[in-house]
Amino acid sequence: MSEATASRPTAGNDTPMVQIDHLNKWYGDFHVLRDINLTVTKGERIVICGPSGSGKSTMIRCINHLEEHQQGSITVNGIPMNNDVKRIEQIRRNVGMVFQHFNLFPHLTVLENCCLSQIWVQKKSRAQAEKTAMEYLERVQIANQAKKYPGQLSGGQQQRVAIARALCMRPEVMLFDEPTSALDPEMIKEVLDVMIELAHEGMTMLCVTHEMGFAKTVADRVIFMDQGQIIEEAPPNEFFNNPRSERTQLFLSQILGH
Amino acid sequence: MTTNNATFRTEMIEAREAPNQSRGVIGWLRANLFSGPVNSVISVLVILAVAKIAWLALGWAVFDANFLGSSREACTGDGACWVFIASRFESIIYGFYPEAARWRVDIVFALLAILIAWLAIPRLPQKKWVALFALVGFPILSWILLLGGVFGLEHVPTRAWGGLMLTLTIAVVGIVGSLPIGIILALGRRSKMPFVKGICVLFIEFWRGVPLITVLFMASVMLPLFVPGNIEFDKLLRALVGIMLFWSAYMAEVIRSGLQAISKGQNEAGQALGLTYWQRMGLIILPQALKLVIPGIVNTFISLFKDTSLVLIIGLLDMLAIIRAGLTDTNWLGFSTEGYVFAALIYWVFCFSMSRYSQYIERRLNTGHKR
Repeated sequence: MSEATASRPTAGNDTPMVQIDHLNKWYGDFHVLRDINLTVTKGERIVICGPSGSGKSTMIRCINHLEEHQQGSITVNGIPMNNDVKRIEQIRRNVGMVFQHFNLFPHLTVLENCCLSQIWVQKKSRAQAEKTAMEYLERVQIANQAKKYPGQLSGGQQQRVAIARALCMRPEVMLFDEPTSALDPEMIKEVLDVMIELAHEGMTMLCVTHEMGFAKTVADRVIFMDQGQIIEEAPPNEFFNNPRSERTQLFLSQILGH
Repeated sequence: MTTNNATFRTEMIEAREAPNQSRGVIGWLRANLFSGPVNSVISVLVILAVAKIAWLALGWAVFDANFLGSSREACTGDGACWVFIASRFESIIYGFYPEAARWRVDIVFALLAILIAWLAIPRLPQKKWVALFALVGFPILSWILLLGGVFGLEHVPTRAWGGLMLTLTIAVVGIVGSLPIGIILALGRRSKMPFVKGICVLFIEFWRGVPLITVLFMASVMLPLFVPGNIEFDKLLRALVGIMLFWSAYMAEVIRSGLQAISKGQNEAGQALGLTYWQRMGLIILPQALKLVIPGIVNTFISLFKDTSLVLIIGLLDMLAIIRAGLTDTNWLGFSTEGYVFAALIYWVFCFSMSRYSQYIERRLNTGHKR
């Protein structure tokens, strides 16, 4: 345990990067998020797990306003969220997101996928944007496919491109929404390797995932959610070896049972 | 040696060539036309019928036809007498446009052809500027050239316009106008703002619910009754606006079907990257949606092109109307077949070109993400 901690960069100072206070959300009459409180400091790596329908995706999608909440407050990198479009766009420039189904733009090449928002949001020149894009594509080891279209790549390659695309905007926080759930088993590792590398570089990360190995390796905290609320929140060591809530114990026995 | 069910492979199997299938013309014929006695008989009968019809049609249109001459007396053969078309050719193209000014129409035709070719052929450079000219410079220039009245050009009122020139004017204005209006309407109909959405739904459902003939009739006959007498809109202009709005409603629904086929994740990915609504629509959603509905868009273009002939009912003489007017000429009674066949051929050439071009574009834009 002490060795594992030593290999990580120290988890940030105490600047809150993401601050969620008393967040409540309803889909019609259905109360999906119930009084969520969460503070993520700079450089912290959070893994969120829980059964399907527990609201974990919905919660991280609230952070960049892909979902609208009804009560409570969210502050990202010191910017308080409200319904103002300009404010939301400002927050989104600080937050990168990786989706379960990659959501690459199929009509653009890999390189164009990575340049689009640099050119249109950050107003960079094409040459500058391509330079940054190639840097990050290099880092996720897919630079040799830059001229291809997403449809010509495997799932694992597409997800690595999606990570590079998000990183090109130089975000302060990265959100991962089940990034390996749609991948063939053989391709999960290549994506996790990229995420682990990113974690070791000190990126603030919130990952919704069922990859418990990943949680053990890189997470500073594991959050367990059920029925729209945070049930348990603990460092991975404690979370896996000594879960306090019964619901967590049941969940862990289900997914680690084999 | 122990016996069990476990096996393992030590050498991988190399890929081999596919077994030799019957290829070539003979192979194709055998597989597709003569695969059995019943199919062979059907094939032979159909081929004979097609050959017979083609022979009759060619005989009428070419072998037994008259091409040269200037009057009815030249029509001596058993087949078609294209002298009728030839004698009316100028008015089929230009309508009643004054002869001395027809060079202006020729310039517009030539420019249009060059612009379309330039934009359609991928190898030619400077697409952006050519497109800009086609959408801004060309309409203004055409308007000045065709209408005249400035720069010493003789004024030619729109009531003198006619023939193919009028058909193309209406079709091009309709096509170029209805696409962007349709896009705006389609986006508006999917808007989350109830007011915008309501207006768009109302607009689309109104224009889709009335026949084009009614629209043209309203524009031509009813509208002047509602506006003060001293304000006068050009009749052609009114028809153009009517046609544009009418077809934009259809276009909107075609495009909306494309928008609905794009997964929500595409928009979310754009949002997550900080792109604004119009950037997301213009850079991510519309390029994909429009590509998906190219067949539907071109289908609408083709309908629009053919329905330009309806302007006849408000007294505008398009190509078909000019040909029909020619049929009532007492010198040329009884040549309606030639007239209609010729009109059909012209319409077909334009519509078929659009169809072929759309198929070419679809192939060209395919980036291999179809499943």
